[in-house]
Amino acid sequence: MAMTAQITAPSFAAKNMTRIHIERAVLTVLAAASGVAVLTTIGIVLSVLYESLLFFSEVPFWHFLFGTTWAPTGNPPSFGILPLLGGTLLITVIAIVVAGPLGLFSAIYLAEYATPKVRAVAKPLLEMLAGIPTVVLGFFAALTVAPLIRSLGTSAGLDVASESALAAGLVMGMMIVPLISSLSDDIINAVPQSLRDGSYAMGATKSETVKKVVLPAALPGIVSAFILAISRAIGETMIVVMAAGLAANLTFNPFAAVTTVTVQIATLLVGDQEFDSAKTLSAFALGLVLFCVTLALNYVALRTVRKYREQYE
Amino acid sequence: MNDMTVKTIYTPEPPRALQAKPPKITAQDVNVYYGDKHAIKGLSITIPDKAVSAFIGPSGCGKSTFLRCINRMNDTIAGCRVTGKITVDGYDIHDRDLDVVQLRARVGMVFQKPNPFPKSIFENVAYGPRIHGLSKDKTDLERIVVESLKKAGLFEEVKDRLAAPGTGLSGGQQQRLCIARAIAVNPEIILMDEPCSALDPIATARIEELIHELKQNYCIVIVTHSMQQAARVSDLTAFFHLGNLIEVGDTDVMFTSPQDKKTQDYITGRFG
Amino acid sequence: MNNASLIKKRYAAERRFRAFGFGAIVVTAAFLAFLLFDLVSKAIPAIIVNEAMLSIQVDPELVDKANPVAGDYLGMTKKALAQHFPDMSSRADRKALNGLLSAGAADVLQSRVLADPSLIGQSITVPVALNSNADLFLRGMDDGQLSDKQKELLGAMTEKGLIIKGFAWNFLLNGDSREPELAGIKGALIGSVFTILVTLSLALPLGVAAALYLEEFAVKNWITDAIEININNLAAVPSIIFGLLGLAVFLNVFGIPRSTPLVGGLVLSLLVLPTIIIASRAAIKSVPPSIKEAALGVGASHVQAVFHHVLPLAVPGILTGTILGVARALGETAPLLMIGMIAFIVDVPHGLTDAATVLPVQVYLWSDLPEAAFQSRTAAAIILLLIVLFAFNALAIYLRKRFERRW
Repeated sequence: MAMTAQITAPSFAAKNMTRIHIERAVLTVLAAASGVAVLTTIGIVLSVLYESLLFFSEVPFWHFLFGTTWAPTGNPPSFGILPLLGGTLLITVIAIVVAGPLGLFSAIYLAEYATPKVRAVAKPLLEMLAGIPTVVLGFFAALTVAPLIRSLGTSAGLDVASESALAAGLVMGMMIVPLISSLSDDIINAVPQSLRDGSYAMGATKSETVKKVVLPAALPGIVSAFILAISRAIGETMIVVMAAGLAANLTFNPFAAVTTVTVQIATLLVGDQEFDSAKTLSAFALGLVLFCVTLALNYVALRTVRKYREQYE
Repeated sequence: MNDMTVKTIYTPEPPRALQAKPPKITAQDVNVYYGDKHAIKGLSITIPDKAVSAFIGPSGCGKSTFLRCINRMNDTIAGCRVTGKITVDGYDIHDRDLDVVQLRARVGMVFQKPNPFPKSIFENVAYGPRIHGLSKDKTDLERIVVESLKKAGLFEEVKDRLAAPGTGLSGGQQQRLCIARAIAVNPEIILMDEPCSALDPIATARIEELIHELKQNYCIVIVTHSMQQAARVSDLTAFFHLGNLIEVGDTDVMFTSPQDKKTQDYITGRFG
Repeated sequence: MNNASLIKKRYAAERRFRAFGFGAIVVTAAFLAFLLFDLVSKAIPAIIVNEAMLSIQVDPELVDKANPVAGDYLGMTKKALAQHFPDMSSRADRKALNGLLSAGAADVLQSRVLADPSLIGQSITVPVALNSNADLFLRGMDDGQLSDKQKELLGAMTEKGLIIKGFAWNFLLNGDSREPELAGIKGALIGSVFTILVTLSLALPLGVAAALYLEEFAVKNWITDAIEININNLAAVPSIIFGLLGLAVFLNVFGIPRSTPLVGGLVLSLLVLPTIIIASRAAIKSVPPSIKEAALGVGASHVQAVFHHVLPLAVPGILTGTILGVARALGETAPLLMIGMIAFIVDVPHGLTDAATVLPVQVYLWSDLPEAAFQSRTAAAIILLLIVLFAFNALAIYLRKRFERRW
């Protein structure tokens, strides 16, 4: 054979050390990059926790957690978080009452009923709504929706504040519709077709199949979608900063003005900050509460969704 | 009609099963299209009542597609079009006045993969009677559920855990649960789409036994990949190939002396 | 069989259910339509404005040919306007008349003369900006800031054909201002560009590197599991929390200058990093393993196989995800409020460490101002912001369609 010994076989023992060193360095860089996300979380926890501890050295923890008056600039100042939690809760409830049915029903319609043409129009519309910055929605809430609700309410003989919780909650609800809708749409589509077939073969109508088979099967996923939506509503800032106002009222009247945790954080930290005063530090304590609550909600929701997906894979 | 249409051979002509039993389902010149694909080509057949008819043939031959025509499950597939006439008890199932929901209540179906709803065993069986309003009260509903489970031969195994989730049963039990679910609405016809393909031999034997019992009261149509199964359970066998119905005949005759060359090749295992 | 009334009821329920579903979509679409319509109709007054078209004598007495920048252009403009009303001679009358003009009334005149000094001594016809109260009045909205005399004067100017409608170049070419008719978006726009550049140049490489590591190289163990959970949760942390991080760490600990695109971009890059990692991982995952295996089969190392074959094929997906992440950063407001990007800044920023603001924060700032004219400026800024965002999204959709691959 004339071809033999044209190529000398490389020795398996002789490693290309340069390449191995370079690749090891590349891997180290890549691993470090994935650590940045972890560092971010640690940074958030440490910075928020540190300033919060400074705050709690001045204001007792129990006063903060169970106080019913929020007046950081009062004399003497008072840092009771309950009115803020109440306001956040009120607006979140309004938002979910608006977004829940709208988001879920539009997801059901898109997943089960819509023709491809309707989907091709409706999906981009929802994505468009999802892409609108919240500062824009806040402007709309404050300058268009709030006056509208006020004049409607006044003509119905109601006493409506110019910065009513209802206006902020309504617009926040519309902001959340795409979130609930797209998450639920995915979840509903993940329900195996065989379950639907089983139901249709029994002579069930489409809505019976959706209500009695598809939705119960998708329930864990849909609940998680709602939890994520709640977490999003609690953490939303601009809509409430612009439309909900600063009055720390502990009320469940949707026509009254309330304030939220995020509004107070933003207000306390815009302008002059004094890191030695309880007023500025209280924003970090509020941030700690916000971070813990949303993290807990997100964690539960994401874990449930993950389990749900594994079930049908 | 269609130049691709193949004339169906009867073995014998006419088959004994069709003489002995009244016809339940008839199909005349049925064509099915999935978009551009011509899945069933001018098929005509008569299926007897209170007997088991088996559809056999290689994958993609159209046997499952035709099965899904009988309870109009193909309606749920986008882009699927059915022409021709199919009757149940002489009534055209594509008639404009016919309610597909009621058709499916009369024509039950069992699927290839067991698909119990993610609910309790009881709720799985009670689903049909509930939506169709078949029970007068709670005790009546319980009676229907127990009876259906008994008919499906599952009751003894699950009587102590009717509230347990249906998805927790073994594969064979799940499939019998699906059969119980189908018979709970008191259908006249049960369509079975390869009901044993996902089951082990012991569970398969159990289902076959059940099919044998059920044929006293129901018209059963079964699609199967297994020639042995068709030979064991069916009275009438229909052989499909590439969307054509090649040969229909009494099972015993067809498996011993098929007329068509393709049927012969398939039965003797030369392709499939 | 079944009784007919039950069937009827079941079908009624079916129709009702379907109608609810369709209704939900209609309500959402109607909200979106109402929102956009409301914004556009509010924005129009800021984009198309009333101006006075005046023939102005460029008086050599008032402009020094050697140093044309220092000329008294406003004086010339006032004089030209007064010529149309010869009987308005008292001090009060003059004041009323001049009060109709914007502080920037002579801007166009000045730029024409600066561009062509030979105009000095000649007479030219230029558009002259009116002040926002006058502009509003000409649209039929009286904000109560004009005297009766001034309203009469505006009527007379309209009759004389001096008033024209013009495109408000001010809005695109100026920085911020206390005068609504002079306030422009340029500063915020440039600020946004700088900020996004910082965000992109940090988040894209970090995000892709992290995604490559987690998807291709990381050993599956509790640490990578924790990193993954951490990333997913970080993506859902409220944006305002990132503002707190920026304030406490970047400003207070690292001492990065406040209000700058640098710190804004840093904060936003951390904010969008999880989004980019998640999108990049999905893109990398969608490349079939057979391609990598083919490379490994001819003797490439794992790193070579990934960088030569997997990464290039994942680029369109990564870009799509990155563009959507950047679009989100571009519309983000809350965290930037915490790090001082909210100041009133007239100058257009020239670098990463100049004080600046960004488009959405500008929207927030203007929305808070009492003047009615700022409302339309806000709406116009929003329209600009939305156009930019929709352009980004359209680009992402185009990329997805163009490079969509079915394996």
